[in-house]
Amino acid sequence: MFDSLSDKLEATFKKLAGQATINEINIGLAMRDIKRALLGADVNYKVAKKLIDDIREKSLGEQVIKSVSPAQMIVKIVYDELTELMGGEQKPLNLSPKKLPAVIMVAGLQGSGKTTFCAKLALRLKKSGKQPMLVAADVYRPAAIDQLKALGQQVDVPVFAIEEQDAMKAALQGLEAARSAAKDVVIVDTAGRLQIDQVMMAEAESLKHALKPDELLFVVDSMMGQEAVNTAKAFNDRLDFDGVVLTKLDGDSRGGAALSIRQVVEKPIKFISIGEKVDDLDLFYPDRMAQRILGMGDIVSFVEKA
Amino acid sequence: EKTRDTFREKLAVITKGKTEIDDDFLEELETILVAADVGVETTLGIVDAITERAKQETYRSEEELNRMLMEEIQQLLEETGEEHPLDFDAPLPAKPYVILIVGVNGAGKTTSVAKLAHNYDKAGKKVIIAAADTFRAAAYEQLQIWADRAGVPMIGQAQGSDPASVVYDAVSAAVSRNADVVLVDTAGRLHNKSHLMEELAKIMRVAKKRIPEAPHEVLLVLDGTTGQNAVLQAREFTKFVKVTGLVVTKLDGTAKGGIVLSISRELKLPVKYIGVGEKIDDLQLFDRAEFVKALLGRELK
Ligand SMILES: Nc1nc2c(ncn2[C@@H]2O[C@H](COP(=O)(O)OP(=O)(O)OP(=O)(O)O)[C@@H](O)[C@H]2O)c(=O)[nH]1
Ligand SMILES: Nc1nc2c(ncn2[C@@H]2O[C@H](COP(=O)(O)OP(=O)(O)OP(=O)(O)O)[C@@H](O)[C@H]2O)c(=O)[nH]1
Ligand SMILES: [Mg+2]
Ligand SMILES: [Mg+2]
Repeated sequence: MFDSLSDKLEATFKKLAGQATINEINIGLAMRDIKRALLGADVNYKVAKKLIDDIREKSLGEQVIKSVSPAQMIVKIVYDELTELMGGEQKPLNLSPKKLPAVIMVAGLQGSGKTTFCAKLALRLKKSGKQPMLVAADVYRPAAIDQLKALGQQVDVPVFAIEEQDAMKAALQGLEAARSAAKDVVIVDTAGRLQIDQVMMAEAESLKHALKPDELLFVVDSMMGQEAVNTAKAFNDRLDFDGVVLTKLDGDSRGGAALSIRQVVEKPIKFISIGEKVDDLDLFYPDRMAQRILGMGDIVSFVEKA
Repeated sequence: EKTRDTFREKLAVITKGKTEIDDDFLEELETILVAADVGVETTLGIVDAITERAKQETYRSEEELNRMLMEEIQQLLEETGEEHPLDFDAPLPAKPYVILIVGVNGAGKTTSVAKLAHNYDKAGKKVIIAAADTFRAAAYEQLQIWADRAGVPMIGQAQGSDPASVVYDAVSAAVSRNADVVLVDTAGRLHNKSHLMEELAKIMRVAKKRIPEAPHEVLLVLDGTTGQNAVLQAREFTKFVKVTGLVVTKLDGTAKGGIVLSISRELKLPVKYIGVGEKIDDLQLFDRAEFVKALLGRELK
């Protein structure tokens, strides 16, 4: 039932077969299929609608070249559009070399993969020659500190935690501890929170003000549906985060949420999380994500060659 | 809840002054459903059903249109077994009654186990929790805290040990201690990882060694913010373990959990409980009518 876009477009190819040009009539059919496929991939309905309008316009424009069919042309336009929307180039972490330690703060909904990501990032930074410290500022979730400590041990990075249920104190003391231990980067794990939880959102906000992070990263589950947009928007309105981490991409979700978030908050997706183990982390590549959402890498390269 | 209160209002906006179902109405309805993660296919199914009914029945008031819409959507949930899950104080069909909790990573399994334990305990049942997530960092410690809060005993083994063996221990302990309910927390696993899914099947087999009918229930925990992938989750999990119902979590946020309609339509799995917060009391029996109201209560611009 959840055909990939490429499957749907195959069908559209057939419907359009024999029609040599893109016109108002056949484009309507193609656009309806593309829209449904985007929604099936969890692209936000408003984003999908706008995307379709853009694609329609581009398709009716001048770009049609003789050597490929109109349908193939449309596929290429969709792919380019998605890649472009997701930010074109890969965006690296931006840590100030002057500030010691540089600060990375991590926030997001419950269960999205924040704590695991903190450990993964610590490992990655360590491998690149940095001396990271992890700070446990989730003082609510049962055993959140134990979890971070266990993960810290796995990646051989020290973890700072306090006994008290005070996230601000934990964060600030952690920062201080990192400074006196001459660490060059701290990664602060925070509790999961809903965007409508005013108390918890205010906590995140004051953590940000106190820590002044170089990078505030919003962690989001790639299986998320239509709500991804509202959530990301609410977090961004409140925290003005610097980048997004997309998790659980080792699953088989299409990850249309990535596109929606990118489109609505205009912040780059920086990392993808691809498993439960501490080295299951990768950089985000917009073109690969576009292919995943569309399920159509082969078709794109086919059109590219044409 | 806020969304629920405004349902009449919102629906009134789209049905206002309508004596027949027109394209505007259908398009609005489609938007409401898609935006709630119901999914394109199921949404179109509902829209078609409404259109069909509208041809046959003439309705006179907005009230009637509202009712028709609610009925149609509830219909989808109706085919999935019992009206309500059993109340916690109802007698259980077996003793010990073994409930296996499964789902993808971070869905809310462990928290749901704690909430269920608390509810059964409150209802006077003797509960044992089995810590069969032997994989995730501090899973044991997390569950232990919850077991203490619920005031029920937990059976577990060291990190890295065989989860099936934990289940065997727990079921055996339940038999010898004359417990009523065994709640088995399992590690999060993505449904496309066959070795992890095989592990679940093994847990099932081992439980049966001790009690042939066990597990009596298998609850699949779904994060309420999940989109179309939830259908794949439900489909794959049912292939490996006999899922008897769903727990939909995190519905205290703004997500509507509309994907449940597609799962009902395709797999006929009933929702039994919903999670509405992080505290031990934040579990409710699923109420079909309430759910449909919340689903349609989506804010329109
Ligand atoms: N398969 C898979 N599992 C992941 C990934 N990232 C995290 N997880 C798992 O998802 C679950 C939740 O991860 P956590 O890191 O605890 O998430 P969190 O956001 O810190 O959760 P809270 O602190 O409760 O809000 C755990 O079972 C992790 O092992 C990933 O990329 N792939
Ligand atoms: N807001 C809200 N948060 C919830 C709900 N249920 C669980 N959570 C939170 O979601 C996060 C993950 O919950 P867990 O119970 O650890 O999830 P899990 O499925 O056991 O996770 P893994 O074992 O890592 O796969 C925690 O932060 C919980 O507090 C709910 O109904 N509402
Ligand atoms: Mg955490
Ligand atoms: Mg768990």
